[in-house]
Amino acid sequence: MTRMRNRSQTIWFAAAVLLFATAPVLIAMAPNEATMGLVAKIFYFHVPAWFVMFAAVFVCGIASAVYLFTERARADRLAVSAAELAVLFGLMGLTTGPLWGRVSWGVWWQWDVRLTTALILELTFIAYLLLRRYGGPGSEKLSAGLALFGMANVPFVYVSVNFWRTIHPETTVVPTLEMPMAGPFWWCVAAYFALFLVMLDGRRRLEEQRAAVDRLRLAYDDD
Amino acid sequence: MGEFCRIAWLVMRKDLRVEVRSRELVYTTVFFATSCVLVFSFAFVREGRPLAGVEAGIVWVALAYAGQLALGRAFERELGQDALRALLLAPVERSAIFVGKLLGIVLLMAIVEVVVVFLVTLFFSSALIEQAFWLAALLAAATVGFAAVGTLFAAMLARSQSRAVLLPVLLYPVTIPVLVAGVSGTIALLAAEPNLDQARFWLALIAFFDVVFLTLTLWTFEPLMAE
Repeated sequence: MTRMRNRSQTIWFAAAVLLFATAPVLIAMAPNEATMGLVAKIFYFHVPAWFVMFAAVFVCGIASAVYLFTERARADRLAVSAAELAVLFGLMGLTTGPLWGRVSWGVWWQWDVRLTTALILELTFIAYLLLRRYGGPGSEKLSAGLALFGMANVPFVYVSVNFWRTIHPETTVVPTLEMPMAGPFWWCVAAYFALFLVMLDGRRRLEEQRAAVDRLRLAYDDD
Repeated sequence: MGEFCRIAWLVMRKDLRVEVRSRELVYTTVFFATSCVLVFSFAFVREGRPLAGVEAGIVWVALAYAGQLALGRAFERELGQDALRALLLAPVERSAIFVGKLLGIVLLMAIVEVVVVFLVTLFFSSALIEQAFWLAALLAAATVGFAAVGTLFAAMLARSQSRAVLLPVLLYPVTIPVLVAGVSGTIALLAAEPNLDQARFWLALIAFFDVVFLTLTLWTFEPLMAE
């Protein structure tokens, strides 16, 4: 228990350091883009947000598969925590994207394959949360099934941009990033992942405590 | 394998027999799809002439809505006298039951598709039937993917009180890729110079999704339907 608390404190500390230093790192190291100016900096938030969203979807999908086939309630609690974060970081991506697109493409939204499939993925996980909330008894299993379909969609979203000619920058942009952009970019990715781990850990513990309260209440009612 | 096919066939035959006797699903879904086409005709006909290139969207949206209606009702029927539980308690492979239900829904949707394509061709002076083979291939492939996901979700939700609301909420985000590919493939066929290469590409994409969806649905039906 103490070891777990120590580990969780380490992640909290890492996230705090990385996030507080993000703005100074960007100001000191990220190069200025001549045509887009300050708006180009959205790249450093937009791409990490989608990376984390995809990671959250995979955590949710794998935890759902474990829950579905082994019925371990802990896996389900992890899945629902990850699904909420997938929606949150997806919203972040869907908000920062149009802000960048307005300046770069001249429109807020483009019905482009990449954007459309990303929106579908976001909708799938909003549907997951709706199902959890309004599906009644047994909705844990149903939502686990839905999460598997959502996870199957991720590779498609990621590579869709390479299949079709689209307006969205291709996935080769990130692996071929060079200094001075690469440093601040990977810093932001690390900061977002640390934030994700902190939030996932907190959210999962909340679910565990809820389950413990339910168990106590049931035990009290039985007495 | 033979036993699997036999069970699937028996479940499908049971569904078809119920349907032949009541004709409830065929009548309601065909009527609903016709109403959809009519509503679209009010939206997309200007000064007596249909707008160019809207037929593809009309066909697929009408089919998706009608399919959703059929899916919901197909499992609601099983709730009477606890038939769903009896079906699941049968000492057979559950995936065979799933395939049987799926085949029944695919057949029903095929009937609706024939009617919708005929109506759209008639009302919108469309060239849909000129590329009948490729259109049929697109429709058949997309129906399998749509119905596979739909059958699984409808079965999952059968016991949920808010199933009528939740089925479309779950069904559309997951099946949109298939519907988008279907619409895009049909648009390629309806061009002044039908673009068969593009239609083949979209057909291949639907086939890819069919494989993913069928694998996932067959894999998860058993644990999802456990009480």
